[in-house]
Amino acid sequence: MPDDSIRVQAAGDRTLLRFLTCGSVDDGKSTLIGRLLFNANFIMGDQLEALKAESRRFGTTGDDIDFSLLLDGLEDERQQRITIDVAYRYFSTPRRSFIVADSPGHEQYTRNMATGASTADVAVLLVDARKGVLAQTRRHSLICSLFGIRHIVLAINKLDLVGFDQAVFDKIAADYVAFSAELGFATLDMIPLSARHGDNITERSAQTPWYQGPSLLECLENIDLSEPVDEQPFRFPVQWVNRPSGEFRGFSGTVVAGSVAPGDPVLVMGSARSSRVKEIVTFDGPRARAAAGDAVTLTLTDEIDVSRGDLLVSPQAPAEFADQFAAHLVWMKDETLVPGRSYWLKIGTRTLSATVTAIKHRIDVDSGAHVAARTLAINEIGFCNIATSVPLAFDPYRKSRDTGGFILIDRLTQETAAAGVIDFALRRATNIHWQDITVSPKERADLKGHEAAVLWFTGLSGAGKSTIANKLEQKLLGIGCHTMLLDGDNVRHALNRDLGFTDTDRVENIRRVGEVAKLMGDAGLIAICAFISPFIADRQMAREIAAPHSFIEVFIDTPIAECIRRDPKGLYAKAQAGDIPNFTGIDSAYEPPENPEIRLETADHDPEALADQLIAELRRRAILA
Amino acid sequence: MSEGILAPATRSSAGAVLPLHLRRLEAESIAILREVAAEFRNPVLMYSIGKDSSVLLHLARKAFYPSKLPFPVLHVDTTWKFREMIAFRDATARQLGLELIVHTNQEGVARGISPVASGSALHTEIMKTEALKQALDKHGFDAAIGGARRDEEKSRAKERIFSFRSAGHVWEPRRQRPELWNLYNTRLAPGESMRVFPLSNWTELDVWDYIEAEGIEVVPLYFAKPRPVVWRDGVWIMVDDDRLPLLPGESAELRTVRFRTLGCYPLSGAIESDAATIGDITAELRRSRTSERQGRLIDNDDTASMERKKKQGYF
Repeated sequence: MPDDSIRVQAAGDRTLLRFLTCGSVDDGKSTLIGRLLFNANFIMGDQLEALKAESRRFGTTGDDIDFSLLLDGLEDERQQRITIDVAYRYFSTPRRSFIVADSPGHEQYTRNMATGASTADVAVLLVDARKGVLAQTRRHSLICSLFGIRHIVLAINKLDLVGFDQAVFDKIAADYVAFSAELGFATLDMIPLSARHGDNITERSAQTPWYQGPSLLECLENIDLSEPVDEQPFRFPVQWVNRPSGEFRGFSGTVVAGSVAPGDPVLVMGSARSSRVKEIVTFDGPRARAAAGDAVTLTLTDEIDVSRGDLLVSPQAPAEFADQFAAHLVWMKDETLVPGRSYWLKIGTRTLSATVTAIKHRIDVDSGAHVAARTLAINEIGFCNIATSVPLAFDPYRKSRDTGGFILIDRLTQETAAAGVIDFALRRATNIHWQDITVSPKERADLKGHEAAVLWFTGLSGAGKSTIANKLEQKLLGIGCHTMLLDGDNVRHALNRDLGFTDTDRVENIRRVGEVAKLMGDAGLIAICAFISPFIADRQMAREIAAPHSFIEVFIDTPIAECIRRDPKGLYAKAQAGDIPNFTGIDSAYEPPENPEIRLETADHDPEALADQLIAELRRRAILA
Repeated sequence: MSEGILAPATRSSAGAVLPLHLRRLEAESIAILREVAAEFRNPVLMYSIGKDSSVLLHLARKAFYPSKLPFPVLHVDTTWKFREMIAFRDATARQLGLELIVHTNQEGVARGISPVASGSALHTEIMKTEALKQALDKHGFDAAIGGARRDEEKSRAKERIFSFRSAGHVWEPRRQRPELWNLYNTRLAPGESMRVFPLSNWTELDVWDYIEAEGIEVVPLYFAKPRPVVWRDGVWIMVDDDRLPLLPGESAELRTVRFRTLGCYPLSGAIESDAATIGDITAELRRSRTSERQGRLIDNDDTASMERKKKQGYF
């Protein structure tokens, strides 16, 4: 087995550097990259011809080539002369391969910059020499710092427009050094340049004899990215369980921090399970060691339960494990953040339910000030408390990007709603122990002669939920079942009397009912819940809370016209008169279930028959004998 | 991830040590492929027989080793591919034990659609874009893995690695999901699907360097050899069979040519070249002053043609 762990970098062995360009609208970001590619001979003949033709058509630089057109690849972008989306460009020199993320200065700017920054090693921050350090320069620096970029190159551009004056450069450099001192960057290089004319881009310019430093390209080739890796403990998120046959059971994934060798002990975070690495398996043969960045398959010496989403760590330095933590969030969705609502949280290879329980403050990105906030709008950054449905293994983002960064996904639209970086655990799950309960839910259910279950009735007000639920409970009682009916109105008189009807309160209402239904299920009961519960996301949350019990979503499907006609409590009349705001079906949406376990149409059926239909369904699912 | 980590080098399949930047690209692609296998119900790998597909297939074998590929391989056959491509496809599938699905738009065949009679735009729309959508719908694939790279073309440079398609396979550039770290949002509603591009961050030269280092087999059409060609629309078109009608004054002549990209033979321009080995090809590319897609007739309709085709569901 070859052990090349002390291998020396061979001559001509290029390394990879990812950098991001940022700067405000007219600082010339796209021009800078275009110029870099041009001067480094990375624009091909046919591309240059196409570029010249387009420059005449769309360009803003007179007869000169408009290099920004190289990057603005979308039709809308060329026509409107703006950059909409992050573009990636590639070039290489004998020393390094470069991946450049060009993020737009216009629309959705924080969101796009965060995206580019999340994978970048270095940020090239442009400043217009005529304007100096602006609020936007500060904003960009703050986002770079938040997303863990350690190396900044301050490109002081358009120096041709100030006569290549050293005093201008020195003033801006001094301002930036003073401002950025607290942002924790490992290196800061400052270069005077003119992107449009190519000064100090790939070669040192005769226009700046007073500048002794490297050109931009030389600088990028020489930034030292190495980190003190010896201190990094081993982290391996299990991505895919590799089981080609009964005998082989491997765990495929990428080492994200530290390294591992056969014989090393590993711990599965969140369990007491530990083992040792038996072999590091790859297509190219077994390996003596796998280190950060390597995609491998590990086999273990013991048969322990490991699945996708688990984090394997070094037992000497385990990760944090908690179900509540504090994090910075960049909100990325048009619809604002609703504290209390359940989102999907993806971290490493793990996806689970999470809610933002509190927004501590919003950060004013221009001043850095902390501002009180109740919600976050698109492109806003907040410092929040987040709770997950089950405890989660992670490291603070400043220690490890790969185990400390996460995204939130909207449950309904499936859009990426936010990017987050974890700061610290709020309450370590390792310190709260579940009280051991010796009688199991299974034993309680066995005594009752039927399985425990949660039946969740959803539908419009007046659809017939309570009527059918009552009929069902009577019938179940008649055949000796143990049941409990939780009804929306009744719960609001007692357990949830502190809650109103805002989006946030509705979420909390459903969450509490979900927890109560779960306890009922634990007691071996058939819990019947009758709640309008208009949002898919919230019903999904109830389903997850109630797991592991059977969750049967019962959609009471009655057309709104029929509900208004029935109007048993006179509520529709009031809502239509404007006396009840946020009334479901009138001025608040009802999202019908896409795949309910059972759908009951009430229009032509009496409650008796519908309840019988449900009993038959419970038998079919073997909940009733 | 830091480059300063002195990790053990990967012994590549060909016995050489992979350069660092290729090791990073390889690991990223493997992680993407594994994510697809773990997160989607019914993924498929698009196999176009070209060099990028060869690399993709090689990476997939590495990603799941010792398991076999956990998804089938799909080739959309327009019936106008080079004969050598089809022979290479079938030999590869046999040799690697692939579950190969070949789909042709039979409606298009019945209508007599061809690059010669219908022109490149209509042929591409019916026999490639429509055919692909038919195949994805027919088998209910929720994710299709392709070998496209961002350095190929400007609108590709803006596309995500996990590229979301709304119902009807439509790409909406303005509605792309932000892609942070390596955390790919793979969630779909019914009818929606994903195109996944594990080679997004590779360049043409990276692909060839990797093929050389790993000893990956590619279609012989990439290597220079005397071939019967005609000069048409500013490129050399190979006369691969007797379906290519010669225009008045045209006659096939034997020239030493090779292809930088492969597609339907009447739409793929060859370049005059003596590059007969992979080493020759990389040397030629390093000297080259033209881009890869220049020989592709279908991209040149107008500036935004690739973007429009992609919006309609083209790969």
